[in-house]
Amino acid sequence: MLRLENIHTYYGPAEALKGISLEINKGEIVSLIGSNGAGKSTCLMTISGILKPSEGRITLRGAGISGLPPHEIVRSGISQAPEGRRIFPRLTVFENLEMGGFLGRGNFGEILERVYGIFPVLKERTSQMAGTLSGGEQQMLAIGRSLMSAPDILLLDEPSLGLAPIMVSKIFRTIHEINAGGVTVLLVEQNAKAALRLSHRGYVIENGAITLQGSSEDLLNNEKVRTAYLGE
Amino acid sequence: MLLQQFINGLTLGSVYALIALGYTMVYGILELINFAHGEIYMLGAYLGIIILGFLTAIGLTAYSLPLSIFIMLALTVLFCSSYGFTIEKIAYKPLRNAQRLSPLISAIGVSIFLQNYVMLTQGATDKVFPQVFGSAGFELFSTRITYLQAAIITTSGVMMAMLHVFVMKTKTGKAMRSVAQDKLMASLVGIDIDRVISITFILGSGLAAVAGIMVAMYYGLVNYSIGYSAGIKAFTAAVLGGIGSIPGAMLGGIVLGILESFGSSYISSEYKDAYAFIMLILILLVKPEGLLGKRGEEKI
Repeated sequence: MLRLENIHTYYGPAEALKGISLEINKGEIVSLIGSNGAGKSTCLMTISGILKPSEGRITLRGAGISGLPPHEIVRSGISQAPEGRRIFPRLTVFENLEMGGFLGRGNFGEILERVYGIFPVLKERTSQMAGTLSGGEQQMLAIGRSLMSAPDILLLDEPSLGLAPIMVSKIFRTIHEINAGGVTVLLVEQNAKAALRLSHRGYVIENGAITLQGSSEDLLNNEKVRTAYLGE
Repeated sequence: MLLQQFINGLTLGSVYALIALGYTMVYGILELINFAHGEIYMLGAYLGIIILGFLTAIGLTAYSLPLSIFIMLALTVLFCSSYGFTIEKIAYKPLRNAQRLSPLISAIGVSIFLQNYVMLTQGATDKVFPQVFGSAGFELFSTRITYLQAAIITTSGVMMAMLHVFVMKTKTGKAMRSVAQDKLMASLVGIDIDRVISITFILGSGLAAVAGIMVAMYYGLVNYSIGYSAGIKAFTAAVLGGIGSIPGAMLGGIVLGILESFGSSYISSEYKDAYAFIMLILILLVKPEGLLGKRGEEKI
């Protein structure tokens, strides 16, 4: 469904992605794991059109999307909940969700009900300023907002970062639920074990290049992955 | 006397507020002090004279004065908004990713260009704005308010209320606030940043155009350099209220106008222009985030 072919991206003067190729099939959860600075976020920002690849091709259902501006990428059905949540703090919860649905893809009322169904706490806090929410609630809002554009593919960057363990498992359950609802997910995580347990397939990224790929089960059993990312 | 000065100050202040809104909205979105904004106000005053002159020549003002004033306002807003839109595209957009100082210098360049452009095409001497309202007025609590003053205060109030509703309630207004809070995230939800920036310049320039016409009517004289002092005062008003804050710009403008009016009548009118700068220095020393501004944001 989404395919990256030999993507090179510069972040400032540094080449952050050195020829990344990966593929995500419809209905999958694919995790992208790697250490800090390996290029995970750069990869998502390149897919979202915030960074332009200097080389390579990104296709969605066969059509080229690299080089499109970010709002066109969202329009084509790819939505991202970036690292650090980045909710709009001085907008209400409802307004944040409204902005998530800015392009009017899908029926706003229906999607809103679905998001409120997944995260009932957002419905309770609907007219509260988003900046006053707790960290976990902000993460729910960030994911909820990214669902408001009715994406076919959801890019999640470190959704568990900085959350209490109980909230982490709730977020992972939610990702599973969203995927079961028909949304394809590309999950970037430092919490490699939880990510691989949840996903169907995985890629390991090191220094801007894919070094390992395979089914999540294989990766969980891989000796290198176990020592480098699972802390075993 | 006290109330009289208050009314005079409110008239002036509501105009400062209209101009200050343009500064504060652009700053909120781009963190750029648009030094060319005062010139849009000056262009508004000139375009008002030109359009009203044309309408008089074709006999429309004699036929219906309110209709003529409406057409003048509408056309001036249209022209000035186009100027604002074009200036952003030519002078600021190419420098979007340059270092902070570059668009600022570009803004000063645009300001100098527009002043000289008007001076060359319209002459360096004062132009007279036709006194369509005369000096007629009414008495309220033994204070004399001219119809023009009432019209200026009302128009400004209505425009500010409309802007407030636009920014708080409409989808585009919310998109503007999103862009001001987090540009990257705004892109990621699908907001076209360039479009929001253009709308901001169009709105700010439209407000400045109306302010230009109203001040030209109030003072009766227009000069190619009026944008400079009005621009700096409106900028002061925006800083006073807290730059980036829309209610702040409204409050700052009105406070500054009233302060200037009281200072002129109770201290000395010689220092009329100095009060704004004294205020600017005091605010920067004592409360640099402004009356309604947020603390901790970097200022120029």
